[in-house]
Amino acid sequence: MATRSPPSKSPWSWRSRAFRGLVYQLVAFAVIALVIWFLASNTLHNMRVRGIQSGFDFLSQSAGFSIGESLFAFDSAESYWRAFLVGIVNTLRVAVAGIFLATVLGTLVGVGRFSRNALVRGLCAAYVECFRNVPVLLHLLMWYLVLTEMLPSIQDAWKFGPFFLSKGGVNFPVPIWQAGQAWAAGGVVAGVVLAWLYRRWALKRFEATGIAASMFWAPVAIVIAAGLLGWLAGGAPTLVDSPVKGEFAVENGGALTPEFLALLIGLTTYTASFIAEVVRSGIASVPAGQSEAAAALGLDRGLDIRLVMMPQALRVVIPPMTNQYLNLTKNSSLAVAIGYPDVVSIANTAMNQTGRAVECIAIVMAVYLTLSLLTSAFMNWYNARVAIKER
Amino acid sequence: MSATSFQPIAARPAPTDSRSLPAWLRRNLFGDWKTAGSTIVLGALLLWFVPQFLNWSLLQAVWAPDLKACRAAEGVGACWGVVAEKFRLIIFGRYPFGEQWRPLVATALMLAMLVASCTRPLWKPWLAVLWVVVLAVFFVLMYGNTLGLTKVETDRWGGLPLTILLATLSILMAFPIALAVALGRRSDLPAIRVFCTLYVELIRGVPLISVLFMASFMFPLFMPQGLTIDVLIRVLVGMTLFAAAYLAEVIRGGLQAIPKGQIEAAATLGLSYWQIQRKIVLPQALAMVVPSIVNSFISIFKDTSLVSIVSLYDLTGALDMAINADANWKPFKLQGYLFIALIYFIFCFSMSRYSQWVEKQVNKSKGR
Repeated sequence: MATRSPPSKSPWSWRSRAFRGLVYQLVAFAVIALVIWFLASNTLHNMRVRGIQSGFDFLSQSAGFSIGESLFAFDSAESYWRAFLVGIVNTLRVAVAGIFLATVLGTLVGVGRFSRNALVRGLCAAYVECFRNVPVLLHLLMWYLVLTEMLPSIQDAWKFGPFFLSKGGVNFPVPIWQAGQAWAAGGVVAGVVLAWLYRRWALKRFEATGIAASMFWAPVAIVIAAGLLGWLAGGAPTLVDSPVKGEFAVENGGALTPEFLALLIGLTTYTASFIAEVVRSGIASVPAGQSEAAAALGLDRGLDIRLVMMPQALRVVIPPMTNQYLNLTKNSSLAVAIGYPDVVSIANTAMNQTGRAVECIAIVMAVYLTLSLLTSAFMNWYNARVAIKER
Repeated sequence: MSATSFQPIAARPAPTDSRSLPAWLRRNLFGDWKTAGSTIVLGALLLWFVPQFLNWSLLQAVWAPDLKACRAAEGVGACWGVVAEKFRLIIFGRYPFGEQWRPLVATALMLAMLVASCTRPLWKPWLAVLWVVVLAVFFVLMYGNTLGLTKVETDRWGGLPLTILLATLSILMAFPIALAVALGRRSDLPAIRVFCTLYVELIRGVPLISVLFMASFMFPLFMPQGLTIDVLIRVLVGMTLFAAAYLAEVIRGGLQAIPKGQIEAAATLGLSYWQIQRKIVLPQALAMVVPSIVNSFISIFKDTSLVSIVSLYDLTGALDMAINADANWKPFKLQGYLFIALIYFIFCFSMSRYSQWVEKQVNKSKGR
């Protein structure tokens, strides 16, 4: 009996899945390439017709505008790429400070929603609802208005100890850099190393003998003590550059402008309301039995939260928390609305002066994409660290 | 064996009342000394702050558009007169004064449609047709130039109608794009998957304001010579592309939640790829992500305020324009901001309540 072989199939039949898939992909590729070619050729044509120059050579030209605040000196004769650098540093400054403060505030509010006190619960819920249901731009505009209109003028600034608060922002004392400060800084670094060694030793001893040692306050005390020792060894310098009220402005000392403060407070309070929800859902995802079991083992509420609830909640919390950090960084671009010189408002100014819209927007997008990718990469690394170690 | 007579033990005391209001207060406000302490501190702060705030915002406030009274009350009471004075400008922007019934009717229609779309019994195919009709009526009412209505150029549209139009239209147009991109990201075809992933990650990596700048500054360069596109449409395209990337991720989350066994079972029954998606995967996935879609709508609604930076007069932009133009009322701008913040709050809060309600319904149907 002859065995019947299955009918031979040509791979290039319209009926084969592989062939159809190839055709679909080729069509998609062609369509996208066509659209890009259409847009690019239009752009090039339009630029030629309107006499717009293109290219990134403008970056080395003199910028010709001054920037209100920057971490390093910048004057209007310097080049565009220096101006962009100032903008990027300003963006990073507000984003890093905002992420830190929003995490602290958001975690407090999120944990507060599980308080035994009904008043605390209610206030935390009200905070979340009030802040996250209003656009962040409106937050920023309101804070900017409050900081620049409602505060006293610079001449009669409010004085709290060595701090001044006025329409000109906040002025605060900064220690003057002396040789002794280097000793103190060295002491703090040595303290951090010592504290790390202490924690390793304490953990080993705990695992070997079961004798628990202080894992938080003792390291903190070590760092502070080492810093103090270094400071004393350096001759205990106490020279401080305090702000003084001058005739027209508050002089000397460090200062934060109202633009920076409005952006920082607005972004922090807005993002904190989202972080609070993230933390709340993280804690809610841990079964109540875990908390009851911890109580049955004799852990008090604080230890229960720190040792049992938090490590489990953290796994749920980190991916959405990453999104909130990215959102805060991206929302810092709204600085353009209140005149804080971040990278978007520098790009906006450069765009108006040179007319190179394509290049300036490309720079802004590249900066934010890089920041987003770096933040995601870091958070993914951290997430992998706290994830459950499975075999 | 002697029979012992039945000896009842003493009755247990009744359980302490834990449901009445005093008992609840005792437990939740004065449960232990820590709770009691924070209650006293917070209570004192509230007792100090709330009456002052009520006094400023309600009791001592000036409600009439009376500049003299407002100036007299400065620092003591709020001046809601600024809202009374500029009400029409804030709500309708620069729309011609005599024609403002048109945006009013159009917006009311749009809102009614939004509410209808939130009602589950109305989730039928004809709802989509109705949406097209309502949008057409909206544009005819706003733009005019037919049926005896005078023509109103789009650069005079503004205020709340513009905010609602931008949010609704961008999410509606983003939905089909998002659906395609979400399916594409899970496709077996590598080229399509790469394109979709690139699109989503590129858009999600940049802030909306840069997309809007692109729409208003670069878009004209992209178009063939001589073809100018209205700034409203350019901004709408930008917001749609932006919303689509976020919505695609939401929908992808729903697609991932469908067990693979269902797709394999459907393939075994002989259904094609599109039949599987249409009859098995999408109905379940979309029903699951309705709350997240509503949340995306909330964030797009809030993000419409950014169009005021590229000089469209939405609610935020209209307020700025209304008050900055009049030096007399400028000192009372904060009250104006609070007023529009309240409008945004009412919209976003009710939508988030709706999304929570839907979430409960979905969970209930799953028997969780």
